[in-house]
Amino acid sequence: MALGVANVFAKPTPPNQDKRWRLVDATMRRLGQHPRGLIETLHTVQEAFGYLDKDALLYVATSLRVPLSRAYGVATFYHFFTLKPAGEHTCVVCMGTACYIKGAPQLLESVQQNLGIAPGETTVDGNVSLLTARCLGSCGLAPAVVYDRDVAGKVSTQNMRERLAQWRAP
Amino acid sequence: MTPEELEQISQSEQEAQSRIPHRVNVCVAAGCLSCQSQSVKDALDKEITRRGWEGECQTKGVGCMGLCAEGPLVSTDANAMYKHVGVADAPEILDSIDGAPLERLICPTDIPFFTRQNKIVLENSGIIDAERIEDYIGLRGYGSLIKVLTEMTPAEVIQEVTKSGLRGRGGAGYPTGLKWSTVAKASGKVKYVVCNADEGDPGAFMDRSVLESDPHRVLEGMLIGGYAVGASEGFIYVRAEYPLAIKRLKTAIRQAERLGLLGANICGTRFNFRIDLRLGAGAFVCGEETALIASVEGKRGTPRPRPPYPAQEGLFGEPTLINNVETFANIPPIIRNGGEWLARIGTEKSKGTKVFALAGRVQNTGLVEVSMGVTLREIVFEIGGGIPDGKRFKAVQTGGPSGGCLPADVLDMPVDYESLTKAGSIMGSGGMIVMDESSCMVDVAKYFMDFCMTESCGKCVPCRVGTYQMNRLLGKITSLSADATDIAMLNELCELLKNTSLCGLGQSAPNPVLSTMRSFAEEYEAHVEEGRCPAGVCKSPQNPVNP
Repeated sequence: MALGVANVFAKPTPPNQDKRWRLVDATMRRLGQHPRGLIETLHTVQEAFGYLDKDALLYVATSLRVPLSRAYGVATFYHFFTLKPAGEHTCVVCMGTACYIKGAPQLLESVQQNLGIAPGETTVDGNVSLLTARCLGSCGLAPAVVYDRDVAGKVSTQNMRERLAQWRAP
Repeated sequence: MTPEELEQISQSEQEAQSRIPHRVNVCVAAGCLSCQSQSVKDALDKEITRRGWEGECQTKGVGCMGLCAEGPLVSTDANAMYKHVGVADAPEILDSIDGAPLERLICPTDIPFFTRQNKIVLENSGIIDAERIEDYIGLRGYGSLIKVLTEMTPAEVIQEVTKSGLRGRGGAGYPTGLKWSTVAKASGKVKYVVCNADEGDPGAFMDRSVLESDPHRVLEGMLIGGYAVGASEGFIYVRAEYPLAIKRLKTAIRQAERLGLLGANICGTRFNFRIDLRLGAGAFVCGEETALIASVEGKRGTPRPRPPYPAQEGLFGEPTLINNVETFANIPPIIRNGGEWLARIGTEKSKGTKVFALAGRVQNTGLVEVSMGVTLREIVFEIGGGIPDGKRFKAVQTGGPSGGCLPADVLDMPVDYESLTKAGSIMGSGGMIVMDESSCMVDVAKYFMDFCMTESCGKCVPCRVGTYQMNRLLGKITSLSADATDIAMLNELCELLKNTSLCGLGQSAPNPVLSTMRSFAEEYEAHVEEGRCPAGVCKSPQNPVNP
């Protein structure tokens, strides 16, 4: 993976034949292959692949001619980017202020016990990832939880357990 | 696009709308969508088709109607509003469209929650379809842009904004007219306009609602700003966590481009302007303007010392006008009605209205827009309907992690920038969270400190290390194992962070601690001296009450 002196100016090739790299290339082209397109490009990678792995970061960094350290720095600075693949399902507990005072900590504790994982982790079988959010902006519905892409409001520990059980069912 | 063409679109839209005698508006903003309002709309559409009523009745997906906790909300042209509407209610709603409203689902609109509001920014929310530009144009949309381009010089636009007394709605309250004239005077080959839609405060969803309900209003505000300061490119920095807002903004930009309201030679003038989106990636510090600029440039979102201010040296080193979503949303009505019109609303130093996201332990949660100068009591007890479940009011938190908790004895204070600052909080972007006796104020202070610690970008030491140490000390207090020296240390750190941090995040991080220490000193004393939490939230790890 080391970059030889000779190929620094050559157009890098995507890590593999996956067609989703075309989306990534399109974003980089739209932003003029310029370093300032780094965050937008990483958004495209994450949208297409679900997470940012080392190959992806290396490819984006060389294509946009930014040091890999800067690409890695940006990827780890922003919470939205993840370097690990998520589980089949994701459960996001909102920890915004309104949710916090309406019982989000209790929900989080309950789901941690239920799944046996901490926020940011994925169950061993790769079934469920548990995440927390700073604020979903659904404060009128506090406490809120996002199951995959569905926002659920006024969540109780009871209906949260039931919802998770549906995912765990074989 | 000429003024005449715009007028023509407006008229044909109004005619098209008046041909349909009945209209059912369904809220399809994020709050109601998460209670399945889209299926309610689909059910209504299906029922209309089944009855063959297409020519007489139409549904419309509209933006936020405000009372988010009671969703899905549906309103009819008979001025009836329905709450908690389900798919099965569709036939009954259509049955009642000609006659008396459906009692079972009615949501009274004569309650203070609706009547005490003064809608300027939200005037179209809940009325227009955010995904149709014609609907916006039908309600005088883009008329202000045309007026500016055809009748006013940039200096006149700035003068009008200055006259209105509008101040930045992002929280700091910097006079908008002054900012605009600074950017206009700054010398630079190119200039930029940036809209800060990185609504990071937990407990705030005003900007999201505006973007989801009325995106064209923000575009129009930015266009007018661009014309006034001499910029030809704008960016909207919007949170990636708001997928619906992003989608509607993209649609709005495309529609405006198609009608020639964005792009080159707008309305046949020499004014060119384009708008691009940049997605935030979940960093609270990016609400700070220099950090936001770094992020738009594709870098880590770390702030830099000011001056130079972005008005002189901002995005890509060029003069940049940065305003919040709500600030830009105020611009079209100011141009339409004149600066003096806005200056008549509000208090002496704070003009116009403010949108608040009312949430927490309050009866009516949702989005409210009130004139500056109403009291906190009116917002919490009249508009908000007071505290549910017979509990007692304890505090109202404004300004998010940079703000403070205000106790009952300041409830009669008018809401404006100066009064809130004097009381130990800030106006902030508009999050307003009500707490009752079941919340522990030390725990709330720790919650915000934990937030600031996690969100500290790490560039300057006082914030990076200070928030960590303060969080640790607050943790000692909430685990009931602190002593007087910890309190002294906490106080010292508050001063240190306030005076030595690089940006607003660190400088204001002590606010929640300071405001709770000032107004709820007895709670800190109970934790430290008596080893108990009056609200029963904090527990000692050695002796857990609820294992």
